[in-house]
Amino acid sequence: MNPSEVSSWIADAVKAFSASTNLDDLKTARLAHVGDKAPISLASRALGSLSPEEKASAGKIIGEAKAEIAKALADATARLEAERDARVLLEEVVDITLPVQRSHRGGLHPISIIKNEVSDFFIEQGFSVEEGPELESGWLNFDALNIPADHPARTMQDTFFIEPLESGMVLRTQTSPVQIRSMLTKQPPIYVISPGRTFRADELDATHSPVFHQVEGLVVDKGITMAHLKGTLDNFARHMFGGEVTTRLRPSFFPFTEPSAEVDIFFNGRWIEWGGCGMVNPKVLATCGIDTDIYSGFAFGMGLERTLMVRHGITDMHDIVEGDLRFTRQFGVGL
Amino acid sequence: MRAPLSWIKEFVDIPASITAEQISDGLIRVGFEVEEIITQGADLTGPLKFGKVLSIEEITEFKKPIRYVGLDCGEGETRYVICGATNFAVGDVVCVAIPGAILPGNFAISARETYGKTSNGMICSGRELGISDDHAGIMTFAEGSVEIGADATAALEINDVIFDIAVNPDRGYALSIRGIAREVAASQGLVFTDPVDALRKLTFENTGKGVTASIVDKDAASVFYLRTLSNFDQSAQTPIWMRRRIEKMGMRSISLVVDVTNYVMLELGQPLHAFDADRINGGLSIKRAGTAQKFTTLDGQERTLDPDDLMVCDDTKPLALAGTMGGLESEITESTSRIAVEAVRFSPVAVAKNSRRHKLSSEASRRLERSVDPSLAQFSSARFVQLLTSLSAAHHVETVVDGEPRYAPVVKVDPSYVASVLGIDITPPEIARHLRSVGCDVNEATFEVDPPSWRSDLLQQADFVEEVARMVGYDKIPSILPPRPLHASLTPTQKRRRAIAAMLAGRGFAEVQTFPFTNQETIDSMGFVGERAATYRLANPMSEEFPLMRVHLVPGLIEVAQRNISRGAKDFAIFEMGSIFRSSQKLPPAISPELGKRPDQSVIDAITASVPPQAYHVAGLLVGKTENSDWQGPARSYTWQDAIAYAQDILQLCNLNWEIKRSDFAPWHPGRCAELIVDGKAVAHAGELHPRIIAAYGLPERSVAFAVGLSALPDTKLVRPFTVGTMPAALQDVALIVDQSVAAGDVQAALRAGGGNLLESITLFDRYDKIGDGKISLAFSLVFRAHDRTLTGAEITEAREAAVAEAEKRTGAVLRTI
Repeated sequence: MNPSEVSSWIADAVKAFSASTNLDDLKTARLAHVGDKAPISLASRALGSLSPEEKASAGKIIGEAKAEIAKALADATARLEAERDARVLLEEVVDITLPVQRSHRGGLHPISIIKNEVSDFFIEQGFSVEEGPELESGWLNFDALNIPADHPARTMQDTFFIEPLESGMVLRTQTSPVQIRSMLTKQPPIYVISPGRTFRADELDATHSPVFHQVEGLVVDKGITMAHLKGTLDNFARHMFGGEVTTRLRPSFFPFTEPSAEVDIFFNGRWIEWGGCGMVNPKVLATCGIDTDIYSGFAFGMGLERTLMVRHGITDMHDIVEGDLRFTRQFGVGL
Repeated sequence: MRAPLSWIKEFVDIPASITAEQISDGLIRVGFEVEEIITQGADLTGPLKFGKVLSIEEITEFKKPIRYVGLDCGEGETRYVICGATNFAVGDVVCVAIPGAILPGNFAISARETYGKTSNGMICSGRELGISDDHAGIMTFAEGSVEIGADATAALEINDVIFDIAVNPDRGYALSIRGIAREVAASQGLVFTDPVDALRKLTFENTGKGVTASIVDKDAASVFYLRTLSNFDQSAQTPIWMRRRIEKMGMRSISLVVDVTNYVMLELGQPLHAFDADRINGGLSIKRAGTAQKFTTLDGQERTLDPDDLMVCDDTKPLALAGTMGGLESEITESTSRIAVEAVRFSPVAVAKNSRRHKLSSEASRRLERSVDPSLAQFSSARFVQLLTSLSAAHHVETVVDGEPRYAPVVKVDPSYVASVLGIDITPPEIARHLRSVGCDVNEATFEVDPPSWRSDLLQQADFVEEVARMVGYDKIPSILPPRPLHASLTPTQKRRRAIAAMLAGRGFAEVQTFPFTNQETIDSMGFVGERAATYRLANPMSEEFPLMRVHLVPGLIEVAQRNISRGAKDFAIFEMGSIFRSSQKLPPAISPELGKRPDQSVIDAITASVPPQAYHVAGLLVGKTENSDWQGPARSYTWQDAIAYAQDILQLCNLNWEIKRSDFAPWHPGRCAELIVDGKAVAHAGELHPRIIAAYGLPERSVAFAVGLSALPDTKLVRPFTVGTMPAALQDVALIVDQSVAAGDVQAALRAGGGNLLESITLFDRYDKIGDGKISLAFSLVFRAHDRTLTGAEITEAREAAVAEAEKRTGAVLRTI
């Protein structure tokens, strides 16, 4: 055994391994070059018959050669396995554009979405969200709001009355009774909004619905002025309609506020009536037992349908009330 | 309320440089919403002349009546025109558009051949001239009221701007030209000439005995002026200027006497009523009807009076529904010669009740129920006499008065309060100036403010603040955020509702919102009975079809499902959250404590307790397939399991534990409905809808639904978690044979009860119903674990046997030997 012979074994093995194009070829090459009958294996077995000196030097040569061949085999194996894996993954490619989403598309009603949006905005401003019954006492819906019986203001709102009429029960025409309930149960400072469903005997048409939603706000605190009302509305309007929107207050009449105003927004190039507002009428505060020498307050109210229609360019109320899935699903969950 | 600019200008000197838009902007600024600016005559060019009808040739060979009319238009020769209207006669004066004229709508008039004749112009209706919506036909005029051949455009004052203004209920005074003109002047900084000033000194000599007047019901009216006139001549005509002003206000000219009452009402705001004095027996008095008698109003309607109706009566009977409408019997007719004109400051409430009880809203009642200036009873009736005596031969006989005007009291206003409400810097002299501009007398030393006679609504400081604010301009108020609480959040209930809605939407449900109205048929068809069927009835429903409040959410969901199915949808899930209205309690009579001070707590409690509870529910309806069938294969249909699983998901989302049992509960299939029980209370039902309902409403077979009473759910308790142990679990499977009528839920509950504290979880992993003999096999996996030790075999066996023993005891289950 001479070293050059060993070198050629190594060279042969390396060459055979690197020439292998698949793992089967490599197996054949491996049997040929490191198998029992491979020259290096035979030489290795023959070491036993050598003298101790020869054994030491030859053993070193053989050992190094074996290591070198083993490394070449390992390299080739890694290379071919990687090639095989790549090929197999390639073969397993699927068309991931195939439609796989079979579930129904759900969604919240757009009125719920806008109600959540308004509530979240005011909660961030420190307001609580209050709710109240839809079938409501006439005293809370009208009288306590300074709308006495036979006042023309009652005919402003076409009320649904509940039988028997002597009960004075109505379907609330506004969410304002929630304000009264708040003032009767809480001490100022009061910062609340009351979103909810309201009722007026209007025929359903493109812009009216007998069943609709309002959000009202009420603040009662020390030193509250009409400037605070304006600031709150400006902030609210910008949140709902974007930073470009401007508001305008116009004198108006509501029995429960004095002074009263309509709030308009300038949106998409024109003035649009958005809601009503004003400073809480001291008579209303007094009825709720709030000391008007110490406290003052403001209130405002908007239609949620109207807000939704203006903001989203919805032209027909029917779409909002009919529950057609094609309409509702467009809004997702409002995120 | 309409207001022609030409009439406003009579009381305000408006420079030509101020446009109609600027006037409108000013009105809006001070609180009068201008809904429309109507520019009359802008799209009309003459010539337009008055012509007298000389001859009418009726042409009959056409389908409709056609007239060939000869007209004297002051041109020296007769002008012939074809006309399709028939509401005029020879001798009438009409308005004629001469060829060359252009009428509104770019309608050019030319001489033309038609119906075999040459038509040399057109006889016009008010509508064709763009000055009225009246379909009554050709405008006709009495001879002598206009000049033949004169330019009709000028005489009819066609060129004008009319503001259509929405007047709020607290501003009754603005239902008059006087009131609107005052606001125009104030908003533009112009001088206002009050037409009443000229009437203050107007007196009439009493020349005889007129009709007497008295207020019997002193609460119903404060002052009653009654002026009697005689010698009225029937031939007297309404002058064209008066007729045109009345028409521009949207009313119709009727006869001189009626026109003058209306004219004065429109000018000053006080409704007047003229009686034929010869039809009055004795004197007039204002009192309640007293009995439920019959009474025919001017509109020819026979009405049954309510004893509480306020009436103007003579000595024998009622003659007018006070402030609302006169009676037919005493109306001015063609033979009237003696006239009694009434001007009363009625109580707004009394008139409002009259009007509401008889569903009769008139120009008069609209003003009186919004409160009329009490001084006007005198001035408006004087104005009537002034006008009628100058326009006819009538002369004044006698004026009688009962009562006296009552005015709003003087109010002390604190100037610093005004500034503090508005959040602006404003000096006392400025406040005084603004209050004076709306008609108040202000003592600047004491700041005692005397509101003007027409402002009965200015009663408390806040009312004066609004007057100052609108004169300052709301745009001068700064925009400042209020101080605010540092923290707020949704309540747990609100969070729960949101989470449930979000979960359902995330699982493919679309939320719907339906009207909460229903009817007896629907309630019956759902199978609701007893207290589940009892609800509240609307006294005035939108339609008789839906007079009741809903008792359940599922019927509304069914309606929406039907609508979607009819529009092509097949497979979907929808849900609604909202209140239902079961009449659990009888509604007590209304409690109406006095206002202005806080009622006793017991009264407040009684009011809130009188409002019935309105349970808040969530319900879902699932029809068709659970998902879309596609290339991956067909989808399965919704089944009762889905509905029950969703109901349970909702309870699980609320972190609640529940028991389940089968229930025969409408509107579900009696054998396929689950009741979910929390803390011993049934809170939810779910399963397949009753086949009868599915058939009746045309839903896909085996549609399923759930309903959860959210307000019945207990609050989520603070979680006190157990320590999670690391000890190994022991899994034990048991198969039990039970009668097929035994509910799996009961078996599971029994195993759980018997398994004791070591039983960590339990899963039904197999159900086999092919055993026969009416038996089924239920196979459960039981997981046992102790948190502090590894369970010994003996312990595990003991626990398992205890579980099985309990199942055996409760349900007759027999351990299946494999």
